[in-house]
Amino acid sequence: MEKFSPFAGVVCPLDRANVDTDAIIPKQFLKSIKRSGFGPNLFDEWRYLDHGEPGMDNSKRHTNPDFVLNDARYRGASILLARENFGCGSSREHAPWALADYGFRVIIAPGYADIFYNNCFKNSILPVVLDAEIVDGLFNKAGDDTALHIDVDLEQQQLRVGDEVIGFEVDPFRKHCLLEGLDDIGLTLQHVDAIDAYEERRRRQTPWLFA
Amino acid sequence: MQAKTLYDKLWEDHVVRTDEDGTALLYIDRQLVHEVTSPQAFEGLRLAGRKPRRVDANLATPDHNVPTKNLDQGISDPVSRLQVETLGENCDEFGITEFGMGDIRQGIVHVIGPEQGAVLPGMTVVCGDSHTSTHGALGTLAFGIGTSEVEHVLATQCLIQKKSKSMLIEVVGKASPSVTAKDIILAIIGEIGTAGGTGYAIEFGGSAIRDLSVEGRMTLCNMAIEAGARAGFIAVDEKTIDYVKGRPYAPSADQWRQAADYWKTLHSDDGATFDKVVRIDAAALVPQVTWGTSPEMVVGIDASVPDPDIIDDAVRADGMRRALEYMGLEANTPINAIQLDKIFIGSCTNSRIEDLRAAAEVVKDHSVADSITLAMVVPGSGLVKQQAEEEGLDAVFLEAGFEWREPGCSMCLAMNADRLEAGERCASTSNRNFEGRQGQGGRTHLVSPAMAAAAAIYGHFVDVREL
Ligand code: SF4
Repeated sequence: MEKFSPFAGVVCPLDRANVDTDAIIPKQFLKSIKRSGFGPNLFDEWRYLDHGEPGMDNSKRHTNPDFVLNDARYRGASILLARENFGCGSSREHAPWALADYGFRVIIAPGYADIFYNNCFKNSILPVVLDAEIVDGLFNKAGDDTALHIDVDLEQQQLRVGDEVIGFEVDPFRKHCLLEGLDDIGLTLQHVDAIDAYEERRRRQTPWLFA
Repeated sequence: MQAKTLYDKLWEDHVVRTDEDGTALLYIDRQLVHEVTSPQAFEGLRLAGRKPRRVDANLATPDHNVPTKNLDQGISDPVSRLQVETLGENCDEFGITEFGMGDIRQGIVHVIGPEQGAVLPGMTVVCGDSHTSTHGALGTLAFGIGTSEVEHVLATQCLIQKKSKSMLIEVVGKASPSVTAKDIILAIIGEIGTAGGTGYAIEFGGSAIRDLSVEGRMTLCNMAIEAGARAGFIAVDEKTIDYVKGRPYAPSADQWRQAADYWKTLHSDDGATFDKVVRIDAAALVPQVTWGTSPEMVVGIDASVPDPDIIDDAVRADGMRRALEYMGLEANTPINAIQLDKIFIGSCTNSRIEDLRAAAEVVKDHSVADSITLAMVVPGSGLVKQQAEEEGLDAVFLEAGFEWREPGCSMCLAMNADRLEAGERCASTSNRNFEGRQGQGGRTHLVSPAMAAAAAIYGHFVDVREL
């Protein structure tokens, strides 16, 4: 995984609560057996006026001018600003794959659904949790004529918005993995002795689980 | 000894090691695998030159993409077909048991796991699918994971986890006979909201939960994820143990007693404390119908579509207006005046034999209303279908004008050919009423099997208590 280093990005404000993973990447695109290439279909049903199917040439489709991703101000955005319970619904990791493929590296919201939150960290996306009032304030700024830029520093756990510094919490283990670009499987395999010992004990205690 | 919750017990029994900050390596007893969320995981294994740690702990079946009719013609959509074939090839390559298309045991992962006894009380169960919470009905710690985690479990048989907070939802009193597990869980989600369970593992308890059959408990736990919970589960009792007995993967004679003795300890101890407790009175519940685009947008059949104009919270009112517009509904419309176009009885929430029996009982000697363009029943597995046919349920449905289909996820998420067209309105026994879930522009109302069956006959929602 890529190491998560400090960067400055444009904020795209998606002003809806309970955005579910079906909306982030509709089911027809889940038929792919690859991990990449989902970006052009991120938020497909909101982003385009016609119905999207895998394999279509998206440059020829009718885009929805009212959807934020199509607003010229937010072109090249790498920070997604969202409302409560972002990423609810289906466990599909295609949702963070699509967000990352599009270029989003940070999401800011008052809260996330559990599985989605987990999935973000596996894909070098940092989901930042901030109080609803702070998020509200950011929405006000992000709606201005000129796009809002935020500096993201995970090491310091800080967002810098102009002169303002906003701190955020993040689990130390997950922070470490993001900063170092560590692969979970490799980390876990360092404990293979502990797994062996556990299995041996369970084989005795609950033999029916090893039939 | 300190009183423990069921969650404490399940957790502690599976911790391989814990870091100082509480990050634990949790051992996984069973992984269920389907075609949509696994290809990239197998690909990851291959690229890293890794092998599954325990092939016997995995069980696979295709469900999301499989067609529900003309199975002999295979899958016509080449992209769907490739995904299903890829699952088969991956299982062959790595030696994982798969119930493929055409196998009588094939079906929706969350139906076949318990049906086979592949899910047993006390297990940790995962699947690359959010509705893995279903299996908590058997007293397991079961939760959905992403594809990277599927690969992690394949390679290590473990997951990196932090313990959630614990919540007890106690459903006390006795529910009226026509109030089903589906109505109870919809009412709970209406009460606590779709983010109400975020960060929690939920234990469902109370007399109304103990009264439920094991299949009803699966319906309930299935939708714990719609309340945002990491997992939902129910203590083991005699019903659980009876349910498991004799299933193909269940322990046999010599180990049965040892297993059953252990399973009987799988309940929260008296005096165990929870981070949060919610109490619901079952006697006050009525059959539920969702009116919006989130499962929390739900009311009783005797109510009307709510009015956003009287809601103070601006974000919420805005969400309601958007939902009403998408659903093509006016505020204050009585629920029983809502006319339907299609009826879907199926999904991992409500496609087991008891669900089909409940629907058939309502349908018997009636016909589907002329205004309904399609009413379909999709059994959860080949074995459920076979059982239903032995009981003559297929004949009841067919005579009434329903279609009787082959097992799979079908119109729960419309990845195969079964879907709603834009603007079509459906009474569905599935679990999600999100925008576009059953087809772009389609409008979903979540209900119990009996309520869906009654809506098929009348063409609009009716109160099953009055039939
Ligand atoms: S039936 Fe629906 S909810 Fe259940 S696994 Fe299939 S698609 Fe998911």
